[in-house]
Amino acid sequence: MTPFRVSIAAGAAAIILLLVIFELIRSRRLQERYALLWLLTGIVILILSAWRGALSRLADLVGIAYPPSALFVLASLFVLVVLLHYSTVISKLSDQNRILAQRLALLEHELKNKDPD
Amino acid sequence: MAEAAQRVAPAPEPELARRRRLAIVPAFNEENTIERVIEEIRTFDPGFEIVVVDDGSIDRTAFVAERAGAHVLRLPFNLGIGGAVQAGYQFARDYGFDLAVQVDGDGQHDAREIAALVEPILDGRADMVVGTRFATGGGYRGTRVRRVGIHLFAALVSLLVRQRVTDTTSGFRAVNRKGIRLFAIEYPPDYPEVEATVVLSRHHLRMVEVPVVMRIRETGSSSITALRSVYYMVKVLLALFIGLFRRYSTELEEP
Repeated sequence: MTPFRVSIAAGAAAIILLLVIFELIRSRRLQERYALLWLLTGIVILILSAWRGALSRLADLVGIAYPPSALFVLASLFVLVVLLHYSTVISKLSDQNRILAQRLALLEHELKNKDPD
Repeated sequence: MAEAAQRVAPAPEPELARRRRLAIVPAFNEENTIERVIEEIRTFDPGFEIVVVDDGSIDRTAFVAERAGAHVLRLPFNLGIGGAVQAGYQFARDYGFDLAVQVDGDGQHDAREIAALVEPILDGRADMVVGTRFATGGGYRGTRVRRVGIHLFAALVSLLVRQRVTDTTSGFRAVNRKGIRLFAIEYPPDYPEVEATVVLSRHHLRMVEVPVVMRIRETGSSSITALRSVYYMVKVLLALFIGLFRRYSTELEEP
């Protein structure tokens, strides 16, 4: 079984994470679409730290002897998924950035040629 | 006497003619329908200026729209319906339009219904008017998930804006100058219609729904497929929830 102190610490960390995300969205420093994965991470960790039986069963299922390790593994997995998601977001942004630069250059050229006087 | 009778006519044409009016037509790969949409708006009222916002189409949408005589804003890449429509509102604000009507580029909105849509604004009863599909039962079909979503949001938004709202996802809308100023600055990016209604209410602007008949879309499919509906619902629910804790301070009075 998970030691109580681990459950409490993990639960507290998850709550703090959720509150920080909430405030970031509210103050518009984080868009909803990029917050969803983080929220899911926080909620799953919160659930598993409160529902200790489920964590034990999950650890058992994948052969982890010490249940808190399962919590750790799960959190790492979520972070991996978030990182991968951000990689796709960055790829899209750099694509759009290139297109913007190209359009700007074409536009500048067009403006210069239109206004000789 | 005749003049007085004219003034109470249901569609006060002279009132409409006094306003500088703009039709905002968001279009994503609509080369087959965009020309007809433009012509329909012209037929309804030649006094409407039309701006087509080409949301990064890879077909000839922008070319066809320009040939048909519309203003065309060609976005450098696909921003999604929210970003596209907002560009239209910025155009309306910057060129000083009094009234803006949103009409989809896919032909599902019947331009003749614009008369009903602008009436509450001309009467000074509303800052935004939404054409709703449900009061008439005409011409709308959708996936089951989408219908459930529509009703869920209708109930939730009605609660949030303390007014009965039946069709929160309708993109057939008209706004006055205040609405134009608001949406030019504050318009949700992804799936905007639900949130836009709430944002409007939080700025103390008045919304009125009018029943309209919509056509089954002619080409293309809804931007909201069954699979993405869940993501859509979660995202909008989150946005609505957090919106409750936001303070809005967009200045809507003219400078």
